[in-house]
Amino acid sequence: MTDLTRLSAAELAARLTRKEVSSVEATQAQLDRIAAVDGDIHAFLHVDAEGALATAADIDARRAAGEGLHGLAGVPIAVKDIVATKGMPTTCGSRILDGWIPPYDATITQRIKAAGLPILGKTNMDEFAMGSSTEHSAYGPTRNPWDRTRIPGGSGGGSAAAVAAYEAALAIGTDTGGSIRQPGALTGTVGVKPTYGGVSRYGLVALASSLDQAGPVTRTVLDAALLHELMGGHDPMDSTSIDAPAPLVVSAARRADVKGLRIGIVSELNGGGMGVEGFQPGVMSRFHEAVELLTSAGAEVVEVSLPSLEYALAAYYLVMPSEASSNLARFDAMRYGVRVPPAGADDPSAEQVMASSRDAGFGDEVKRRIIVGTYALSSGYYEAYYGSAQKVRTLLARDFASAFEQVDVLVSPTSPTTAWTLGDKLDDPLSMYLQDVATIPANLAGIPGLSLPVGLAEEDGLPVGLQFLAPQKADDRLYNAAAALEKLLEDKWGGPMLAQAPDLEVAR
Amino acid sequence: MSEPVKGISRADVSHLAGLARIDLSEAELDHLAAELPAILEHVAVVQQAAGDDVEAMSHPLPVNNVFREDVVVPCLTPEEALAGAPASDQQRFLVPKILGED
Repeated sequence: MTDLTRLSAAELAARLTRKEVSSVEATQAQLDRIAAVDGDIHAFLHVDAEGALATAADIDARRAAGEGLHGLAGVPIAVKDIVATKGMPTTCGSRILDGWIPPYDATITQRIKAAGLPILGKTNMDEFAMGSSTEHSAYGPTRNPWDRTRIPGGSGGGSAAAVAAYEAALAIGTDTGGSIRQPGALTGTVGVKPTYGGVSRYGLVALASSLDQAGPVTRTVLDAALLHELMGGHDPMDSTSIDAPAPLVVSAARRADVKGLRIGIVSELNGGGMGVEGFQPGVMSRFHEAVELLTSAGAEVVEVSLPSLEYALAAYYLVMPSEASSNLARFDAMRYGVRVPPAGADDPSAEQVMASSRDAGFGDEVKRRIIVGTYALSSGYYEAYYGSAQKVRTLLARDFASAFEQVDVLVSPTSPTTAWTLGDKLDDPLSMYLQDVATIPANLAGIPGLSLPVGLAEEDGLPVGLQFLAPQKADDRLYNAAAALEKLLEDKWGGPMLAQAPDLEVAR
Repeated sequence: MSEPVKGISRADVSHLAGLARIDLSEAELDHLAAELPAILEHVAVVQQAAGDDVEAMSHPLPVNNVFREDVVVPCLTPEEALAGAPASDQQRFLVPKILGED
């Protein structure tokens, strides 16, 4: 019998439609897989077996009754714990929201529920999405299914690991500086950050409002496109939502043709410099082989320079903490979240309770970024730091605009290195920040980006990701190019890259 | 462009923590005071990137006011809104005292 957990979402959806398998069977298979491997992987913070099976049974009944259903109806999904889910805990990986159950659904959640996808549970993440390793979760780290002594990337390490470990075929991620794409690269999965405004932010707990964007986390490009289509499109509840027809990502993923496509290699991300101590050799060799495959399939490849990229990482690590320090002011221990009175104070004031609750509820990385953001926004420093960082955004947007006059898509490695060992960068926040050098430019400029697995680095046998970037609202170009490359690579490998991942120990 | 002050002291960090309403412990203050200079030095390069002629970009897409019809739509009930509150009383959020007694 087929292992249902190994199917792509598209294949499972087809079998559900043909009634060869039921959603209850598929959902139970995923729950069994989670029970077997997640004690070790820790991709999930919360599993809702009962709710998922109830949705599955409902979809099966409606399908049996001949009702017209969404194409992905009955396909189980995992949701990052930063997305509000009514009746299901939403903690953002933080103690300050321990046990919080939202009274409403995010727009994404509403769309998932309306389409009839059973929600398996909530996935682990760096606290408030601040981190590149998922080690900053207050509830313990997620482990990389390729090597459980290593990090899965972050902040969305839970969603990426869940998909890589066959605990779900579909997951929701959010990407403020690479939190979908970098874990995709480090776990050998597909991750997409849509154009800013392409997916509603209503009901996402805000990190940096001008950078945050939710997107799909999957094992195949087509699955990502199917989930992107479900999540995306205009939402009146988000004032920054793009009020225009969404890009046709599914047909683009099915087209998969790069003949005549103009592809630009980002010079500044082609191997070194950028304050990063060079890109890992195995990352660069897989990247260059992938580019050669694209060339052999008829793409025209040139090098393109983005001169302001030199300042992008610094600008990001000002804009993001500034916006975060403001957004996280809402956690004041008054209306929701934990309230921890100061020790030893008799009849403390609201302000004292607020300060002690925030000290008890926030972890080190969150405190660090709030302090940096508070500094950058304080009178006397505002222009020099936050103001200058905003100017870098303008320069970077201009660089991208001129690059996209020459080429249709840009490519770079998604991450300078493969997955590192748990604990390696915890004491050196700056070295952790430098890992985001290739992913943050897309967030600053609001353009879409996709990470595709392109092989294993020879020196450590760990996954490498290639990132495609496209102009705003041209997300379809990512899917076309990535689907073409995915096919070329799978033809070469004789199957998907994840088939090379080690089997996980199964708890019984 | 204003001239940023060089470095950041432990007293600065303590002041910022006060502004951010985080009651940092002495150990946390020591730790952050040791860590922040390197981070701030790194991000300070943005000051060399652009001159006064470059406009600031706050947002990736043009931001406009978005209006809708002024009609009543469903919203949270008082019970739902208060469900996550640390304390509530008579359909209100119950908070510690805001003003001193004297």
